[in-house]
Amino acid sequence: MFRGYLSMRAVALGRGPLVAAGFLCVLILATLVPRPAGARTIGYEEALGRLSDRSFRVKAAAIEAIATGGDERARSLLEGLLKGEVFYRKSDRRILYARKSQTGYRIRDASNGADLGEVGKREIKKVGLNNRLRRQLRGALAGMALNDPDPRVRRAAVREMMGDGKAAVRLRARLPLEQDEGVRADLGLAIALDDLHAATANTRLAAIATLGASLEPEVHNRLAAMAEADPDPAVTAAARAALFGIELRRTLNAWAETLFFGLSLGSVLVLAAIGLAITFGVMGVINMAHGELVMLGAYTTYLVQQAMPDAIGYSLLVAVPAAFVVSGLFGVAIERLVIRFLYGRPLETLLATFGISLMLQQLVRTTISAQNVAVENPAWMSGSLRINPALALTYNRLYIFLFAILVFLGLLLILKRTTLGLQVRAVSQNRAMARAMGIRSARVDMLTFGLGAGTAGVAGVALSQLTNVGPNMGQAYIIDSFMVVVFGGVGNLWGTFIGGLTLGIANKFMEPWAGAVLAKILVLIFIILFIQRRPRGLFPQRGRAVE
Amino acid sequence: MHKSGFFKTLLIGLSAGIGLCLAGALAAADTIKVGILHSLSGTMAISETTLKDTMRMLIEEQNKKGGILGKRLEAVVVDPASDWPLFAEKARELIEKEKVAVIFGCWTSVSRKSVLPVVEELNGLLFYPVQYEGEESSKNVFYTGATPNQQAIPAVDYLMNELDIERWVLVGTDYVYPRTTNKILEAYLKQKGVAKQDILIDKYTPFSHSDWQSTIANIKKFGSQGKKTAVVSTINGDANVSFYKELGNQGISAEDIPVVAFSVGEEELSGIDTKPLVGHLAAWNYFMSVEDPANEAFIQSWHDFIGDDERVTNDPMEAHYIGFNLWVRAVEKAGSTDTDKVVAAIVGLETPNLTGGTSVMLKNHHVTKPVLIGEIQDDGQFEVVWRTGTEIPGDAWSDFLPGSKDIVADWTQPIFCGNYNTKTKTKAKACLER
Repeated sequence: MFRGYLSMRAVALGRGPLVAAGFLCVLILATLVPRPAGARTIGYEEALGRLSDRSFRVKAAAIEAIATGGDERARSLLEGLLKGEVFYRKSDRRILYARKSQTGYRIRDASNGADLGEVGKREIKKVGLNNRLRRQLRGALAGMALNDPDPRVRRAAVREMMGDGKAAVRLRARLPLEQDEGVRADLGLAIALDDLHAATANTRLAAIATLGASLEPEVHNRLAAMAEADPDPAVTAAARAALFGIELRRTLNAWAETLFFGLSLGSVLVLAAIGLAITFGVMGVINMAHGELVMLGAYTTYLVQQAMPDAIGYSLLVAVPAAFVVSGLFGVAIERLVIRFLYGRPLETLLATFGISLMLQQLVRTTISAQNVAVENPAWMSGSLRINPALALTYNRLYIFLFAILVFLGLLLILKRTTLGLQVRAVSQNRAMARAMGIRSARVDMLTFGLGAGTAGVAGVALSQLTNVGPNMGQAYIIDSFMVVVFGGVGNLWGTFIGGLTLGIANKFMEPWAGAVLAKILVLIFIILFIQRRPRGLFPQRGRAVE
Repeated sequence: MHKSGFFKTLLIGLSAGIGLCLAGALAAADTIKVGILHSLSGTMAISETTLKDTMRMLIEEQNKKGGILGKRLEAVVVDPASDWPLFAEKARELIEKEKVAVIFGCWTSVSRKSVLPVVEELNGLLFYPVQYEGEESSKNVFYTGATPNQQAIPAVDYLMNELDIERWVLVGTDYVYPRTTNKILEAYLKQKGVAKQDILIDKYTPFSHSDWQSTIANIKKFGSQGKKTAVVSTINGDANVSFYKELGNQGISAEDIPVVAFSVGEEELSGIDTKPLVGHLAAWNYFMSVEDPANEAFIQSWHDFIGDDERVTNDPMEAHYIGFNLWVRAVEKAGSTDTDKVVAAIVGLETPNLTGGTSVMLKNHHVTKPVLIGEIQDDGQFEVVWRTGTEIPGDAWSDFLPGSKDIVADWTQPIFCGNYNTKTKTKAKACLER
């Protein structure tokens, strides 16, 4: 009891001067801050006018005045600023909302909303922001959003304000008014986080208990500081215990994250290789133009997006079948015109398809552009799925992982459950016997190659969301694709799937300590050694079909 | 010994001069040829084609003013095709066959290194317009891009002083420029009192790297330890697009962890989706958005020349603008396009740059430049948030690398050497052989 009292005294003593200094600061600031803005609080109109100033300091003061002024136009103005829709006219420095139109910009007065017609690009200039202003805007908007009718908006606002000592007062004021359970929980966390700085040890202990094993990074940092240097031993012990739990969960989450990264890289490998698993694996054609078929799929995505600029969200749904058809047709043409004359001559096939790959690259260079093209990410592909504060899965990777599984299952279904699949397997296992049974093997060859090429095109749609789309992009995938197919076992789709994921995960677990370059080299060495032991890969074909 | 060398040079020079005069009399005697050595195909074509056009525009404008010394300028364009050894061959072709007075060209350091022995052997002139890692100075090369002390170091100063950054992540592509720059930055940060555990030099990544998941997760972890963190990026080329995209997807905004880049400019941003990049920083010596009459005139004439109002201008273009004007002045001062006379005349000459200041050609064949920090906006332009008060002189040999601290480059007599040790008062071997 006595010891507790002493340490509390120590807290009070230790914090006393600080608190006093802080209080003094606030006093000084309170008296000083409005002064430079003109010895009085400025009105909305006046603050608006100052936004066209070049100095960020003046702009910051103007935004502060607008945010605290309570004008009802303030929220939409601040949101507009953040979105980059607020401009000023160079001639009279009037603040405007501007939106891009066919000929230039459609402008609207920011103070009364009056439509001012269209202007050219050079007559107006955007109100420039820097990161400090952006943070200020976000903070101000979060404060306003705290009373928003939508609980999701309120929740986002609370998260935005979490860890901000100055905002805690407003959060405390909000707590009794809040009805929504989810928002209440977040408010409780935010307030507990602030309570970690409280003067009384009991409040701090209660806060630690509330925060429990929260994975918010602020909690971890604060607890780590307390575990080292809190004056109260009970608090230190509690902080240490909580920290131990947090560290453990963080480590587990880090493993889960790396696993996800690995699966994601693996799914990219699977997607890139699965078309090759058919053309090379099933048909035995060494197709060096495989990467270019992927590239054609990616360019199809680009062209589809160009054709439907107002519906980017749906563009990928259109692009998938379109890319399948485009790459598939190219594949059929390649098979009919070149490859069918070269069956059984792998070296010639290799050289011929390499030549085709160069031709396809040049085709894209001359018809579209030698430069990379910009394929947009639909909104639903951006951002991440937040599992907990320490683990978030990015949507684009998540969808592509699911897409890879879908493509794999689709192909498996085609090969195992359709007549075409049956014929493909028959021809690949014993061509002469299949022909004797009345299968038109030439037609089956054509369709099989088309299927493999089309699958490559579909992979291109997915890859266009992750990497740069340019004439050379196929080159980056050809080696990886062969690597995966050979590792997995030639002629086996399951082998490609498992092989691709294994290599992806192995790569990502090595990357943190080996780096991207070395990790890849190590993977290659591993495959070489593996192939020495098991020349037919992970899942070798068995039986007479092998010969 | 020296005298006979001098006479020999004189003799060769005279005979070459007479030969040239004869050849010139037969051909068009009233043109000065300007070589343009920029890749028009291959990976670097994206950036270098613009510089070729810039040079054509500058030459055309100079001809409208009546050329130099009463002679018209004639552009000789060759395509080294992003192929480093081909740069050397094409440079040789320009000097030996085309007899150009000067070459404007190269982008990557490796292409410059490949041209260097050729221009030194044939005593040509090269103006190099791109920021680079320093640690070099040649009699025959003029470096009009930034050295690390004109880009990287001021950017770090800005982050440290204005944004109160305490923890640093250095990421880069795996080649000489990022490796050298990061070495300099690491030494600089340590000298400024940053502890070792507050600097993370991430593993270097290959060109066109697209899987940034682990790197970004690492940055996120490093940056969430309570201290304000920034990323200094020397990632080059199109790998930047996926880098910033992943950064956005993992929820790291410029307000949390700002990224300052040295290779991302207006040209690189045009044509890509800039939403995930807004607020991140870049350090250059020029931005298109700088409000200055000279810059506006330059943009106007660029748009008129290229016939497209959407085209952007960028830092290496300004470097060519400065380099070309300095060369014109030097030729006018020397009254000749002869390499040695131009080299003697050019040091100390100055020309207005496009950001309202003046650039001076220094003794070490680098120029003075202001340093500007810009934040990326969603229209692909930069908002200047900070700039140095005066022009910073380019430092050929970094003060922050142990080997090059005492070395200076001085191409005026009596030193006349690109690698002179001020402590031991000795010249490097290359200077003595000359």
